[in-house]
Amino acid sequence: MSVKSTSVKPITARAPSFLQAVGAVVRKDLASEFRSRELLSAMFLFALLVILIFNFALELNARERGEITAGVLWVTFVFAGQLGLNRSMAIEKDRNCLDGLLLAPVDRSAIYFGKMLANLLFMLIVEAIVLPIYSILYNVNLFHPGLILVIILGSLGYVTIGTLLATMAVYARTRDILLPILLFPVVVPLLIAAVRASSAFLQNLSMEFVWPSLNLLIVFNLIFIAVSYMTFDFIVEE
Amino acid sequence: MIEVRKLIKRFGLKYVLRGLDFEVEQGEFVALIGPNGAGKTTFLRILSSLSRPSMGEVMLAGYRLPHQAAAVRSQLGVLSHQPLLYGDLSAEENLTFFGRMYAVSDLETRIGEVLELVGLKKRRRDLVRTFSRGMQQRLAIGRSVIHDPQILLLDEPYTGLDQDASSMLDDVLKAVTAEGRTVVMTSHDLARAADLASRFDILSRGVIAASALHADIPPDGLLAFYRRTINQEEEPALVS
Ligand SMILES: Nc1ncnc2c1ncn2[C@@H]1O[C@H](COP(=O)(O)OP(=O)(O)O)[C@@H](O)[C@H]1O
Ligand SMILES: [Mg+2]
Repeated sequence: MSVKSTSVKPITARAPSFLQAVGAVVRKDLASEFRSRELLSAMFLFALLVILIFNFALELNARERGEITAGVLWVTFVFAGQLGLNRSMAIEKDRNCLDGLLLAPVDRSAIYFGKMLANLLFMLIVEAIVLPIYSILYNVNLFHPGLILVIILGSLGYVTIGTLLATMAVYARTRDILLPILLFPVVVPLLIAAVRASSAFLQNLSMEFVWPSLNLLIVFNLIFIAVSYMTFDFIVEE
Repeated sequence: MIEVRKLIKRFGLKYVLRGLDFEVEQGEFVALIGPNGAGKTTFLRILSSLSRPSMGEVMLAGYRLPHQAAAVRSQLGVLSHQPLLYGDLSAEENLTFFGRMYAVSDLETRIGEVLELVGLKKRRRDLVRTFSRGMQQRLAIGRSVIHDPQILLLDEPYTGLDQDASSMLDDVLKAVTAEGRTVVMTSHDLARAADLASRFDILSRGVIAASALHADIPPDGLLAFYRRTINQEEEPALVS
């Protein structure tokens, strides 16, 4: 038996466009974060600690520094980023605000993209502060346009899959442990590509050494975005 | 306005709703009552598209769930005992955010109206984190009506409200029904339900076990009606 819809004709109401909804979520997250600075300060402190520990633990000469820089940088970004992803979803879940978001008359992927872009911005802000500090501590010049491109691409891939997995993890009681367990294995290939590309740029290798890793980075980004777009709805609905 | 046919919801092997039928006309105010764990919250979460039906048909405002969920959501105002607000944003910023998510036109004016309605105009720039439970719930009421929804779904909305806030919610709900909006509300508080609702539906054992119009229930007769229904349902083995 099917429900007859003759009695009620559909009422059309206003709904934001996809981009308006994405923008609203991003602005909300930025406003909330610039008020509390909870997430940025935690990420930044953590990043600073990682860099300092590497600096003191590994006593390196100038040549060695050039070689390990890419690795140290990405380890820093990955751990600091993980912290941010966890907080960003915890804010939605602790007071059940996620339900409030999911009640909005938009495709759920708009909410995903809003959270993802906000996370990306936070990560880029932390990276923009960390890079000069690292440059000074290790005496390596990091202001290479190629490296910056790799950092943006790598961070995008990382928060793309990270936001999705953080959403999954937030439903579990053990979310603080669950997120890294889910996330790190998935991002290892992305991380390898990012480290290789960064390293090639820092050592001024010719483009033929950079392209394979750079291509890989782009492919991972596309795959992660497609997967997230398709699965987010199923993750958030009971 | 709301049509539900043979709705089944199960979590794993546990059946919470077992072929529930439910129909609400525009302008009705239905109080959904039932014992703890009967599935009232689960049912409202399905109506609000936060939870997927395991089986059955659900239509609201002429749109079908789950496929036309976004269209359904544009017509819904949802209020539960959790305020669903952001602590690090002010009252005004919270309403701005939700207003944008519903593409409310002339948002600033509307926010002013809503703050006036819930009596928070003076505190509009304060962070929600600093609000008492009752004030948060007031703002939540504002959040749920900011887009002037056709259908209001309320899950135990009086929980945690003081006397003032309760009578304010009473007023909001009376105004909303006077405008021909449709309301479904769950409540523990039978007196409150008796006061507001035009119809009482009892949810028990996963179905609507009984339904009665306000006009057919004698004054103070709601509790008796409720007891009668629940006891009939109870199998003798379960009565201690
Ligand atoms: N996400 C869930 N997973 C498993 N069981 C659930 C879930 N949500 C609700 N239930 C179960 O469904 C039943 C009905 O719960 P609920 O809808 O909250 O009842 P009510 O609101 O009427 O008190 C309860 O037994 C509860 O344990
Ligand atoms: Mg309940």
